[in-house]
Amino acid sequence: MGRITLEKVAKRFAEVEVIPPLDLEIEDGEFVVFVGPSGCGKSTLLRLIAGLEDVSAGTIRIDGQDATGMPPAKRGLAMVFQSYALYPHMTVRKNIAFPLRMAGMGAEEQERKVRAAAEVLNLTAYLDRRPGQLSGGQRQRVAIGRAIVREPKAFLFDEPLSNLDAALRVGMRIEISQLHNRLKTTMVYVTHDQVEAMTMADKIVVLNAGRIEQVGSPLELYRAPRNRFVAGFIGSPKMNFIEGAEAAQHGAAAVGIRPEHIAVSTAEGLWRGTVGVSEHLGSDTFFHVNGTGLGEAITVRAGGEVDLHHGDAVWLTPEADKIHRFDRDGLRFA
Amino acid sequence: MATAHARGAARVMLSPAVVLLLLWMIVPLGMTIWFSFQRYGLLSGMPPEWTGLTNYRYFLTDPAFFTSIKNTLTLVGGVLAITVVGGILLALLLDQPFWGQGVVRVLVIAPFFVMPTVSALVWKNMFMNPVNGLFAWVAKLFGAQPFDFLAQAPMFSIILIVAWQWLPFATLILLTALQSLDSEQLEAAEMDGAGWLSRFGHIMLPHLTRAITVVILIQTIFLLSTFAEILVTTNGGPGTATTNLTYLVYAQSLLQFDVGGGAAGGIVAVILANIVAIFLMRMIGKNLEA
Repeated sequence: MGRITLEKVAKRFAEVEVIPPLDLEIEDGEFVVFVGPSGCGKSTLLRLIAGLEDVSAGTIRIDGQDATGMPPAKRGLAMVFQSYALYPHMTVRKNIAFPLRMAGMGAEEQERKVRAAAEVLNLTAYLDRRPGQLSGGQRQRVAIGRAIVREPKAFLFDEPLSNLDAALRVGMRIEISQLHNRLKTTMVYVTHDQVEAMTMADKIVVLNAGRIEQVGSPLELYRAPRNRFVAGFIGSPKMNFIEGAEAAQHGAAAVGIRPEHIAVSTAEGLWRGTVGVSEHLGSDTFFHVNGTGLGEAITVRAGGEVDLHHGDAVWLTPEADKIHRFDRDGLRFA
Repeated sequence: MATAHARGAARVMLSPAVVLLLLWMIVPLGMTIWFSFQRYGLLSGMPPEWTGLTNYRYFLTDPAFFTSIKNTLTLVGGVLAITVVGGILLALLLDQPFWGQGVVRVLVIAPFFVMPTVSALVWKNMFMNPVNGLFAWVAKLFGAQPFDFLAQAPMFSIILIVAWQWLPFATLILLTALQSLDSEQLEAAEMDGAGWLSRFGHIMLPHLTRAITVVILIQTIFLLSTFAEILVTTNGGPGTATTNLTYLVYAQSLLQFDVGGGAAGGIVAVILANIVAIFLMRMIGKNLEA
């Protein structure tokens, strides 16, 4: 079981309100991702749940039980830190066994659980090494191993992949998702990377300046962002925003159109412009089109084989039913 | 300094400094060794003459020699124990966030800047004096008999004075080490269910071993040659109760005017210091690797 409920939880550091009162429900077995730009309070929120910070107001319930004043160790949650926070003077075996040792478990039982965890995480060959002798990915796995052996009610991940290189990050992303599928334990995951959020989450919580902007499944957020912030944050490359006369035609203060919902043509279309930068990725090509008279450059995604370069004239046509309309306050309306 | 030419040039450039330092060390050492084999008393009025190992025989069979070895080790050991334990406790205390932290940290270093003679005199006359001292005043406040520190517990008193001077050094090194500890490690341990004592024992203390090693090594080197504190407080007494090896050498050469005997004692002290250094490096030097 691992159901976490936040009721009117707020956090102030001195006079600065980092997190205004917010409510959030995390269901048992869910993979929830907190995503937002740096400084949005997502890590603080995680630390509040972990008990590493005291809440200024509100209630945190874990499985219906009030955990607001509980010390971290009593909450039954396990955390994986950004720096891994392994104990450098202990071997991998001792690192993983540490929470069991602290719980006063017998040596044989400890060894059995450590072995089981090492098996799952492909660490068996490294049990007698020290963290200093491991690669980044292996250290990450040790940190996860230390969390797994406790069989916690929920796992808390604080930007666990941000210290890894790009290739390893993709690999670990999949490993963590597989782990969740196997363990079915609640996971709360903090990241600033919307790709991680989209690929791993059952439920995404988009945070901005301590406020929850929107909660929903990845595709809900992609298809129906509540406001301009969420629309701009979810999706890569970013959604194009167009204001002024073009937006007024749609009866909105601003309209947004995702790069993948614009068709590119050299012959005809709605908007005319010239290619500024073209990024050829093989599978896709991203064009930054200038001079459309729509304000900033428009980003467009086209197929990998489209052969257009800097200075070429192009026509752009948005898909009419994929245009998002925003009112003066940045809220999306249908 | 990749090429052979550059390495050669570097050697040439370095050589004057190296030669100078070598002479600086070798000449006094050579003279001491030379004198240690001479019968050379300043009051005898006789010219120095070769006596072989006589000086060493006298120095090593002097009952005061064994007392002085024991005193030296007691002094070093006592001060190390107080400064390491006290230093860790003070460092833990100063690591807590509190108002005026910066000022307090500067104040804590202050004793280290007081000259040994001065601090020893201050302790002797203002704190430990059985008539006018602060401790005596406190004792009288409770109606107790004032304790004459330097007469009744001379070694303990000197250890106290020297430890007071070195405590800031230990505190400072241990504090910086403590501050370099990744706070996420402590938080991870907290989440893993470790109480404060477990966190101290399993995370902080292992993290501090290297700093503790540094403190022990550096302090031992300096504490082996403690002199000023003894000279201005007890003069090595009562009897030889606080005479350490350094003080014994001083007494031999400048109180008994026996240059040869003093030189022999000096050489014995050098050899003993090296033995201690080798033991120390063997025992705890491996903490400095990796």
